[in-house]
Amino acid sequence: MHRVVITGAGTINALGHNVPETLEAMREGRCGIGPIDIPDVDRLSIQIGGQVKGFEAEGLFNRQQIALYDRFTQFTLVAAREAIAQAGLEFSGDLAAKSGVVLGNSGGGMTTLDENYRSVYEAGKNRVHPFVVPKLMNNAAASHVSMEFNLKGPSFTVASACASSNHAMAQAFQMVRSGMAPVMITGGSESMLCFGGVKAWEGLRVMSKDACRPFSANRNGMVQGEGAGVFVFEEYDHARRRGAEILAEVAGFAMSSDAADIVMPSKQGAERAIAGALKDARLNPTDVCYINAHGTGTAANDKTECAAVADVFGAQADHLMISSTKSMHGHLIGGTGAVELLACIMALRDGVVAPTINYDEPDPECALDVVPNVAREAKVEAALSNAFAFGGLNAVLALKRI
Amino acid sequence: MDIKEQVIAIIAEQAVLEPSDVSPDSTLEDLGIDSLGLVESIFAIEEAFDISVPFNANAPEESDFDISSVASIIRGIETLIAEQKD
Repeated sequence: MHRVVITGAGTINALGHNVPETLEAMREGRCGIGPIDIPDVDRLSIQIGGQVKGFEAEGLFNRQQIALYDRFTQFTLVAAREAIAQAGLEFSGDLAAKSGVVLGNSGGGMTTLDENYRSVYEAGKNRVHPFVVPKLMNNAAASHVSMEFNLKGPSFTVASACASSNHAMAQAFQMVRSGMAPVMITGGSESMLCFGGVKAWEGLRVMSKDACRPFSANRNGMVQGEGAGVFVFEEYDHARRRGAEILAEVAGFAMSSDAADIVMPSKQGAERAIAGALKDARLNPTDVCYINAHGTGTAANDKTECAAVADVFGAQADHLMISSTKSMHGHLIGGTGAVELLACIMALRDGVVAPTINYDEPDPECALDVVPNVAREAKVEAALSNAFAFGGLNAVLALKRI
Repeated sequence: MDIKEQVIAIIAEQAVLEPSDVSPDSTLEDLGIDSLGLVESIFAIEEAFDISVPFNANAPEESDFDISSVASIIRGIETLIAEQKD
């Protein structure tokens, strides 16, 4: 069993186009959610989201790449470039042959689908661009990362809705821990803020029209976000030998399935994943100071998640901090766990715990320290990152300070 | 622009070259156009001339459309335009 550390991080999301901008926004409790700018927004009843603003593909990609990359692939490559540059790794020879890329994603190229459905259904055209399939397939992002960085080892995409990124990172972690790969590029991305993507979510009637307020008694639903988070997971000795800067240690994980309901979360399923991650990481409940919550801002998730944490941690639940950064960047669906892992890294490395913003009223069913509205300084030795997906698929990661 | 000039312009754009650098004798390989670039060029040609090109990327040699050189592509398109005019 090898130790696994994070030696690079990259992101683009509603809070920033890189990690420093994103962490600064999280420290300041800034909200990246606002009116969305997409075609036909006036026909949507939900008109807000955590949209990436000011993103210009020109300059980042050449003309042929732009024609071939859906927005979710573009986000992924931006984040991967930042992460791999920070790690200072170049992949060649044996390292390239063994290292791979496992990313989480749920919807694939939704913008590509949306635009081409419009073209054939609405505009009545009978011909679509030849790149529709290579753009929309949800492994496109992982494949383009593998091509840009010469990663020839195990590479694929994991889809488990809102837990996709955590499942992907758990998979990458296992590969490095077992010795199968010295380095894995992992994380996830999503770009579902297009007409069809938002319209589909409207149908479920779990979306807020004004704000994401996790754990607050007046919460009224989730808000979609978009973007990517990508990390370099590296075997500890490999990182030490080359003098790499280590951001945090990935200490363990657990996955569970509720086997109960396609949308309603189960406390038992969440508990088994949280307790399993502690056990896998050989952590005692008292070691954990911070949990990055799944915290969607829906009635069902937030109370179920708090009850699960309270049960697993017992008396220690009153001493730990649990916050939902979705209040700031929105719910990135298949990419959400990746962007949220940044909050765990900030807590462990910088000693700053990101807040849950928009917290207005205590809810007796969410009676934990949710770090309301203002970031907090604290020495955090270990942190968990929760993800509980539709379909009852749960994945929790455990990280340690190094 | 006549048909020849239009086709050359489409192929040049795909190859990231000036139209003056694309000669009728060039093959797509000479111009650095790969299989995906070829399919994209055919799409652009279909859109530009509102025709349907009988090209199967799965078996290019069996297609009733000669892509061995720029000149053969232009000839094929001229024929298709004449056939599909009405």
